This record gives sequence, C-alpha cells and structure tokens, in this order.
Amino acid sequence: METQQALYQYAVRLGDNSLIMAQRLAEWCSNGPILEEDLALTNAALDYLGEAENYYNYALSLEPDGRTADDLAYLRNERQYYNCLLAEQPNGDYAQTMVKLALFSAYLKLLYDALSQSTDTNLSALASKSLKEVKYHFRHSSEWMIRFGHGTEESKSRAQQAIYELWRFTSDMFETTAADATLKGIVPDPASIQSEWNSVINDLLSRCGLKKPEDPYQVKGGYQAKHTEHLGHILCELQFLQRAYPGAKW
Amino acid sequence: MSSTIEQNSPTTVMQERLDQFQARIDADEKIEPKDWMPEEYRKTVLRQMSQHAHSEVIGMQPEGNWILRAPCLRAKKILLAKIQDEGGHGLYLYSAAETLGTGREALIESLHNGKAKYSSIFNYPTLNWADIGAIGWLVDGAAIVNQVSLQRTSYGPYARAMVRICKEESFHQRQGYEIMTTMMRGNSAQKEMAQDAMNRWWWPALMMFGPHDKDSAHTQQSMQWRIKRESNDVLRQRFIDKTIDQAHLIGLTIPDEQLKYNEDTKHWDIGPINWDEFWQVVGGHGLCNEQRMKHHIRAHQDGQWVREAANAFAQKQISFN
Ligand SMILES: [Fe+2]
Ligand SMILES: [Fe+2]
Repeated sequence: METQQALYQYAVRLGDNSLIMAQRLAEWCSNGPILEEDLALTNAALDYLGEAENYYNYALSLEPDGRTADDLAYLRNERQYYNCLLAEQPNGDYAQTMVKLALFSAYLKLLYDALSQSTDTNLSALASKSLKEVKYHFRHSSEWMIRFGHGTEESKSRAQQAIYELWRFTSDMFETTAADATLKGIVPDPASIQSEWNSVINDLLSRCGLKKPEDPYQVKGGYQAKHTEHLGHILCELQFLQRAYPGAKW
Repeated sequence: MSSTIEQNSPTTVMQERLDQFQARIDADEKIEPKDWMPEEYRKTVLRQMSQHAHSEVIGMQPEGNWILRAPCLRAKKILLAKIQDEGGHGLYLYSAAETLGTGREALIESLHNGKAKYSSIFNYPTLNWADIGAIGWLVDGAAIVNQVSLQRTSYGPYARAMVRICKEESFHQRQGYEIMTTMMRGNSAQKEMAQDAMNRWWWPALMMFGPHDKDSAHTQQSMQWRIKRESNDVLRQRFIDKTIDQAHLIGLTIPDEQLKYNEDTKHWDIGPINWDEFWQVVGGHGLCNEQRMKHHIRAHQDGQWVREAANAFAQKQISFN
C-alpha cells in the first residue's frame, strides 16, 4: 500500500470514529439527567462532529476526486465505515454512556497526543486541535465514573454493569490494519497506545472501585468495516435526507 | 392626633408601600430580588420566568427531533449549537427565577403536575426538515420580538437574562431563515417542504403573542408594573410586518387569503386568528402536548439515580483529580 492511500484510509477511520460517536451522543439531546449534562453531551457531540469534518477534509485533500466531507459522511454503505465497534454501541443509561465515553476518549487522548508529534504535519495539526477536546471529554466522563463508583449502591452497580457490557468492544480500538503497518513511523503503534490505555483505565477503575469482567473475551472488526447491527440503524437516520433526495443542496 | 392612628393603620402602610413601589416602576428603576414587592408582582414575574424557562427546555424536543437526521454536517453542527443555546437560556432563566426563592427542582415539579405552563408552540410537531427552518425563522423570530421588549422589563434579573438571551437569538433566526432560503432555491420537493412548513407554522407563530389585548386577562396589571412593556397586539403586528417581506423575498406564500397591506396604517392586516385552536392547544389537546410532557417526565425520572449519586458523592466529599 502506498503511503498516500494509507493516510487516506487512516484519516477516514479517524473521521468515522468521531462521526459515529457524535451521532450517538447527540441522541442525549433533551434526554439528559440534568440540563447541564444535556448541554455537556451536546457539546461533546459538536466537538466530534467538527473533528470528523476535519479528518474527512484531510482525507479528501490527499485523494481529491470531487467528493466532499458530506459525501464521505452521508453516502457510504455500512461496509464502508471504519469506526470502532465501541462508538456504535447504544447509549444505554447514563452510566453506560459515561463509561463508553471514558473508554473511547481515553483512547483518543493517547492517540492524538502521539499523533500530535507525527511527521505528517497536517495530521499532527489536526490531532493537537482535537486533543484539547478529548482531554476534556475524558475528564468529564471519568469524573462521573468516580461519582458513580462512590455515589450510591445503584450508581455503582449500573457503572459496573456498563463496564461488563462494553468491555468486549475495547480491544477493537487497537487493531492494527494494513494502513497502520504502512504508516509505521508516521502514526503511533496501536499496541503501544493500547498498553498506555490499559494503565490509564486500570488506574481509573481502581479510583472508582470498579473492576473489569472476569472473562476478558473480545469481539473485533470495526476497522475492517465489519460492524454490529447497530451501525445500519445509525446510518438510516443519519443518511435519510441525502438518500431520499439525491443531489439536493442543503 | 387622630391622623397618626390612621397613618399607621396596616392598610395605609400597605398603600404607601404600593405607591412607592409604583413610583419606582414609573421612574424605570429595576426591582431587585431583596427589594420589597407586592405579592402579586412576585407571583406574576415568577410565573412568567418559569413559563419562559420551561419553554426554552421543552422547545429542545421538536428541534431535537431532527438532529440525527440533519441533512449535512454543517446543518447538524448549527442545529446542535442552536439547541444547546436554548438549553442555556433555560439555565439563565431558572437562575433568574431562583432569585425569587423557587428552585429549579420545584419549578420542574410544577411543570410535571401541570401547574406551570410552557409555550404552546412546542406542542406542534416537526414533520420535515424545513420545519427546523420555520422554527428558527418564525418561532425564534416571534420570540425575539417579545424578548427585545422584555430587556426593559421591570424585574432586574429577568431583564438581564433577556439581554444575554437576545444576543444569541438573532443567530437563531438567521439560521432558520437560511434553511428556508436554501430550500426555496432547491428542487421542487424542497420548495414544497418549505411551503408546507410555512403553512403549518405561520398561524401558530402569530398565536405565540397571546390573545388580543381586549381579551387578555393579565395584560393591564403587567403593563402597569412594566413586567410587560408592550401589548400582545403591538408585538404581534411588529412581527407580522417584518416577517412578510422576508417571506416574499424568497418566494414563500403567506397562508392567509385576507392578508392585505393597509396604506393608511402602513401595516399588514391579517385575517382572523383561529383562537379555538389556540385554546385547544393551551388546554392540552394539541398534537404533541402529551408527548412533550411524557418525554420530559421520563428523562427527569431516568436521571433521578444520577442526581442522587452526584448528591451522595458530594456529601462524601471524596477528593479526586
Ligand atoms: Fe431561546
Ligand atoms: Fe432561540
């Protein structure tokens, strides 16, 4: 694989991760447990949406073929989205969303931190820009996890349940693809990000008084565009108008 | 002296206070939370702020209905930011209401048990993407006319909340009008959606200003206390006059066969408003009244354990960083 093509795929994958996470977080609008949290999650959705657009635009600048960021976001089929499986999982209750956001943003925080040192200056500029945002998402979600862990019996058990529920999707974020292999030296090694992530999450879980599941089985496939059934439904809503009125300008 | 006794009688003392209060209002002084105020003034201002706060929050539902389906990244970002603003307005207004001693939790309880109201406009459904344009342009447009006027309302915290809110509102109206403009420049299906939205939102937007002055129960006292600065009909006419040109500019038809420009008054005259529909929706029988309340109650109940956990944790005061 050529570097250019690998970079394209890598940037689209970053965009997909952010886009699908944004779409899930936006579901919280008018559903939050308090107004402040409603706004915080809408804000995170906005951050991820902006990131997605930036990564798509970067990808398109590498292989300009007349398509726009909207085309990438709206006009692909299920088997052409490369987001991790965790991003597409349903929101569940507030504990599940906070656990999901913490697991996800901890990954992005480490990834963007490393990418901000990349020799690809475009990628490093975009990563440093996103880094501030995901750091905040991690802080916000991990603080809620700590509250849940030490709040009430109910909050602790909900948070624990969320970890059991989501844990199997975590290794998927660190899968090495052909693009990663080609970009060795330009982008960080997924395995090294994973080991840093493990220690960040171990530390967080111990501060929460929560634990990982005993059976650490994992499911994978997001970066090969092999998804859970949830993605198709996300895309139905996301793409509705673009599909119903092909070529219309909005 | 007999007059001393008379001066000190409770009714006279009360009358003096009322006169002093009215004198401050007439001098355009702002009334602040710790100032003396007539009980009826406190109640009216609190009712208005609570209704306004709930409207901002309930209004997130019909617009939120299209977030996931927004047709492009830009539109999705703008809509998210817009709804976020509305939630923020809710927060300012709940805080303003709190200055009169009623907290957010109590206000929400009154909403849920039906004692407190929110603007009836949000009991109409958003059925196509152009509805998002129509809400920004017409609903926020109508709200702005009212809120600009309320920047001079006599209760200080309410007036200051309005100043902050008005700064953000003009962006809301612009983004709504931009959606309508884009759709009217689009294909025939888009034009049809835009006109359909116009047809469904025009009259309800006019109803947002409330009954005609001659039928409005609260108006007179509210005007005297300068809680309200201008009457329903004056505000409604201002909205009509500024909006009709905007509609015509992009090729939208106003769904009113009796609409006519009046050369004498230099205002647009409209046909009769369907007040039966208005009272029906206010009375709880709009398409979405049930849905909006159930949604808010469900979200609030689902969040109960989260708020309890946060409180329990705050009390344990475990430090982390
Ligand atoms: Fe607002
Ligand atoms: Fe608004």
